[in-house]
Amino acid sequence: MPDRPPAANQAQAGRTAFWLEPGKRAILYQGALLCLLGLLAYYLISNTLTNLERQSIATGWGFLDKEAAFEVGESVIPYSAADTYGRALIVGALNTLKVALIGMAMTLVLGTLIGVARLSTNWLVSKLAAGYIELMQNIPVLLQLFFWYAIFYEALPSPREALHPLRGLFLCNRGVVFAVPQPHPAHKYMLAALFAGVVLVYLLQRWVRARQARSGRGFPLGTVGAGILVGLPALVWLAFGAPRGMNVPELAGFNFQGGVTWSPEFIALLLGLVLYTAAFVAEIVRAGIQAVGKGQQEAALSIGLRRRQVLHLVILPQALRVIIPPLTSQMLNLTKNSSLAVAIGFPDFVSVANTTINQTGQAIEGVALIMLVYLMFSLTTSAFMNWYNRKTRLIER
Amino acid sequence: MSSLSRFTLSVLLVLLTTSGSAGAATLEEVRARGYLVAGVNGGVFGFSMPDKDGTWRGLDVDTARAVAAAVFGDAGKIKFTALTAVQRLPALQSKEIDVLCRNTTQTLTRETTNGLSFAHVNFYDGQGFLIAKKLGVKSAKELSGATVCVLPGTTTELNAADFFRKNKMAWKPVVIEQVSELGKAFFAGRCDCLTSDTSQLAAHRSVAPNPDDYILLPEIISKEPLAPVVRHGDDQWYDIVNWTVMALIQAEEFGITSANVDEMLKSKDPQIQRFLGVTPGLGQSLGLNDRWAYHIIKQVGNYGEIFDRNVGPGTPLALPRGLNDLWTNGGLMYAAPFR
Amino acid sequence: MQTARSKIVKPPVTRVGVVGWVRANLFDGWLNAFLTVVTLLVLWKLVPPLVQWALIDSVWNTTGNACRETSGACWSVITANLRFILFGFFPPEAQWRPAAAMLILFALLFVSRERSHWRQWLAYAWVFGLIVMAALMRGGVPGLAPVDYDRWGGLPLTLLLSVFGLAGAYPLGVLLALGRQSKMPAVRLISVIYIELIRGVPLISLLFMGSIILPLFLPEGVTLNKILRAQVVIILFTAAYIAEVVRGGLQGMPQGQYEAAASMGLNYYQTMRLVILPQALKIVIPPTVSILISAFKDTSLVVIIALFDLLKTTQTMLHNPEWMGFSREAYLFVALLYFLGCFWMAQFSRRLERELSTEQG
Repeated sequence: MPDRPPAANQAQAGRTAFWLEPGKRAILYQGALLCLLGLLAYYLISNTLTNLERQSIATGWGFLDKEAAFEVGESVIPYSAADTYGRALIVGALNTLKVALIGMAMTLVLGTLIGVARLSTNWLVSKLAAGYIELMQNIPVLLQLFFWYAIFYEALPSPREALHPLRGLFLCNRGVVFAVPQPHPAHKYMLAALFAGVVLVYLLQRWVRARQARSGRGFPLGTVGAGILVGLPALVWLAFGAPRGMNVPELAGFNFQGGVTWSPEFIALLLGLVLYTAAFVAEIVRAGIQAVGKGQQEAALSIGLRRRQVLHLVILPQALRVIIPPLTSQMLNLTKNSSLAVAIGFPDFVSVANTTINQTGQAIEGVALIMLVYLMFSLTTSAFMNWYNRKTRLIER
Repeated sequence: MSSLSRFTLSVLLVLLTTSGSAGAATLEEVRARGYLVAGVNGGVFGFSMPDKDGTWRGLDVDTARAVAAAVFGDAGKIKFTALTAVQRLPALQSKEIDVLCRNTTQTLTRETTNGLSFAHVNFYDGQGFLIAKKLGVKSAKELSGATVCVLPGTTTELNAADFFRKNKMAWKPVVIEQVSELGKAFFAGRCDCLTSDTSQLAAHRSVAPNPDDYILLPEIISKEPLAPVVRHGDDQWYDIVNWTVMALIQAEEFGITSANVDEMLKSKDPQIQRFLGVTPGLGQSLGLNDRWAYHIIKQVGNYGEIFDRNVGPGTPLALPRGLNDLWTNGGLMYAAPFR
Repeated sequence: MQTARSKIVKPPVTRVGVVGWVRANLFDGWLNAFLTVVTLLVLWKLVPPLVQWALIDSVWNTTGNACRETSGACWSVITANLRFILFGFFPPEAQWRPAAAMLILFALLFVSRERSHWRQWLAYAWVFGLIVMAALMRGGVPGLAPVDYDRWGGLPLTLLLSVFGLAGAYPLGVLLALGRQSKMPAVRLISVIYIELIRGVPLISLLFMGSIILPLFLPEGVTLNKILRAQVVIILFTAAYIAEVVRGGLQGMPQGQYEAAASMGLNYYQTMRLVILPQALKIVIPPTVSILISAFKDTSLVVIIALFDLLKTTQTMLHNPEWMGFSREAYLFVALLYFLGCFWMAQFSRRLERELSTEQG
C-alpha cells in the first residue's frame, strides 16, 4: 500500500491542491510518462524516416516475395535458391525449431541424469557431476560452440574413411549419417494410432484419478499406459504386413546418399547447447529433489506406500512444482541461445535473416523479424508457464 | 548506490561522442573531426588485419591510409572500425564511417537501392574453387553433389548458387561467417571444395598444412571488382577517394615510389610536376592541398609498393600481379589522366 | 569422556579411516561399486593422454612452424600473442595503463568480498577507483596521452562491458521492478512490456539492433561509437533481468513492512528508500551476482558484431597464417580465463547466500 496517504491528509483532502491528491497525482505522473515516451518514439521514428529518405534506402516488406538466390545448407522442407526470401526465412525458423526441440529433449534427459548423479551416495560420481556443472556453467556458451565445432571436424575422418560402428550408421567430418525406415503408407496410420493412444491414456488417467478419489483403489497406470502407447502403433504396423525396408546411407560421389545426415554445424550447436544447458538443468533438478523434505518420504513410507508410490505420489508432484518454472526458463534460454548458430554456420533463423539483410540492405525489417520470431517462442512458453502455475496453485492447500 | 549510478551516468555522457554540424559535406566533417574513419574487415590476412602489436596492415588498410594522407597530409590521422559483412553497408549509410575499404564488390544494386558509390577498383578479383588434388576433379563442372564452404552474405555465395543452378548440379553450402573457421573447416575436410575470390583462395592455400595437395580449378565464375565505397550524393568526397586510388596507380606508372618521391619533385616532366603539385592546381580543384599526391606516395607508397608489401611475392600469400598489374604490363590498372 | 576413551573399543577398520570411507562412499552396494569402476576406467582412458598432450609433450615458447612438428599442445600460440590477446590495439608503450586499471578493479572486487568492509568508504573507493580506471583507459589527463575507443580491446574491454553493464543496469533495473509493482496502470504496463520484450529476445538480436539500426534512429551527424552502443545494449538487456530479480526481493517483503511504514506517515519514496529497498536489495544480492556472471559471459557475444573483446582478439590472431590451426589451445586459454572469473564470483555468491540465510534463519 505504498500510495496510501497518511490518515491526517485524508481528512484535509478537501483543502489540498489537486497535485497533492494521490489519485490525481498518479494520473498526472502517468500522463507525463506517456507523453515522454510518445515524444521519444516520435523523435526516433522521424529520425529514422529522414535517414532512410536521405540515403534512399529501400523499405517495406516487398522483398519477402523476391527471389532469394542463395542456398540454405539444410532444410526440413524443400527449398532451392529459386525460392523467395519469405520461404528462406521459414526454412530458417523451422531449423531453429528443430534445434530447439531436439535440444530440449536431450537436455532434459542429460540434465536429470547429472542432477541425480550429483545427489548420488557414490562420492566419485557426485564429485564428477559437481565438477561438470561448475565447469560448464562458467564458460560462455559461444566459446563452447566454437570449441566443439573445431573438435568435430578436426577429430573425425573424411566420408571415404568414415567410422562405421553400427550397420547403417556413419560418423565422418560431414556429420553423422544414419539409416531411417523407408517411407511407407503405414507410417501415417502408425502416427494416427499413436495419437489415438495418447488420447486414450489421457482419458484413462482421468478415470483412474476419479476412481482413486472415490474408492481409494490404485491402478497400474504406468504399465498399461506404456502398453497402449507402444502397442497400438505396433498393431497397425503388423496389420500393414510389418514393412521393414530401411533407407540405408551409401557413399556415392563426394558424399553419402540416402539416410539422414546431421551436419557438423547442427551437431556442434546441439552439443554446445545441450552440454551447457544441462548443467543448469542439473542444478534445478537437484534443488527440486532436495526441496522435498526427508520427512515427507518417511511419512509416506510409514503409512504403507511402496517406494514407487512414494516417488510418484509424494515426491515428484512436490519436486516438479519447484522444478518446472525455472526449467521452462532454461528451455527458453536454450531456444534463445540457439541464435548463436550464426557464429558457426548453422542456417537457423538469425543466420538466414542475416544473409537477407546483407542481400537486401533492409536491416530494420530483418532485425524486426528476428525479434518477432523469438518473441513468439517466448510468449508461447510464458503462456504455458502461466497455465502450469494456475494448475499447480489449485493443488496447493 | 545513487552516487555510483550518478557517476555511471556522467561517465556515459563523457563517452558519448557527438560530431555536430548535421548535413555538412563529408570532407568538412572529416577535417573538423581531425581524423578519417575507415571501415575495414577485421581479419583477412593481406587485406586488413591487425598484427600482434595491434597495428592494422593490408592492402585495403593502406588504401584507406592513402585517403587520410590526401586529406590531412598525414596517413596516421585515421581510425579503423572492424565491420562484419552485415554491418558494413549500414555503417556507411548511417555515417558511422567515411569510407569503406572492406573487399566489397561493386554491383548495380549496391549503387542504386543501397545508396552507395564505388570509387576506382583497388583490387580485381574473380571467384574460383579450391579443391584437394586427391579427389581427382579437373573442372568445376564435375562438382555435382559437392559440399562447398562459402562465406555468407557475400556476392560469392550468390555466384556459387548461380553457377550450380546454371549447370543443373546439386550442391550443399557450408556457410561460416568467421574466415579462419572457414579455412580450417575446409582443410579438415568438412567441405569438398572452398569457393571464394581467388586471392582469398591463394591466402588459404598458403597456410594449408600441405599447400601442394590443393589446386585451384580453372573456372573463374565471376568478376569481383573490389573497390572503396562512399555514400551516394557527396560528389566532392567521392572525387577525393576515387582520385586517391588513381593517384596510387598513376604513381606506379610514373615510377614514383616512396623512396624517390623527393627527387621526383625536381623532375622536369610537366605531367609529374602537375601530379606532385610542383605545378599547383590539381589538389585545389579537389578541395585538397596541392601536395596531396606527394603525401600519399611519401607516406603510403604507390600501388605496386602496397601490393608487394601486403600480398605480393614476399608475403605468405605470394599473389601474382595478374589483372592487378598496370595496363602497360597487360593488367587492368589504368588511371585517368591527371590534368 | 577423557577417562572413558581408553576403554572404548575402536570400531573395526572397515568402518573408519580410508578403508571405511572408501566402503561407504564408493563401494556401497552393487550399483555403486559398478559406477565407481566404470568411472575410474573412463578417467583412466581420458586423463593420462590429456596430461600428456597438455603438459608433457607441449611446447611453450616456439615459432608457429616449430609447433606443427610436435604432437603436444602448442601453448606458444598464447605466449607469442599474449599482448594482443589481452590488450588488443592499446598502444604497446602505454599498455601498463589497462593493466593497472584491471589491477585496481581486481583489488576493489577482492576488498568487496568481505561484508564487514561494506561501509561508506568502500562506496567512495569504488567511485574513485572507477574514475581512475576510466582516466587510465581514456587518458587525456596530464601525464597520460589520450587513447581512443577504437584502440580499446581484449580483456579490459570484456571487463569494462560487464562491470559498467551491471553498474548501469542496476538503477534502471530497480526502477523497472518498482514500476512493475506500481499501482499506476500505465507505469506497470510499460514496465511489464519492457521487461518481457527484452527477456523474450536473444541478446544477439539486440546487439544487431544496436550495431546496425541504432545509428539510423539518431539524427544526422550524431554518432555513438561502437563500444558505447554495445555497452548501452548490454545495460538495457541486463536491466530487464535485474528487474525480475529485484521484483522477487520486493515480493518477499511482508505486507506488514509497508503497513508499518505507512502508519509512520512515510510517503511512497520514503517507504521505498528507507524501509523496503534496503531489505529487499539485501536479499537479492546472491542472484544479482549470478546476473553479473551471466553478463560477464554474455559479453563474449560482441564477437558477432566485430568488437575486439577477449574472444575476438584471440580469433584475430588465429587468422595469422603462422598461427592458423591452433584454435584448440587458444580457445582453452580463453575458456580458462572466463572460468576463473566466473568461478570466483560463483563461490562468492554462494558464501554470501550462506551468510545471509543464517542471519535470517
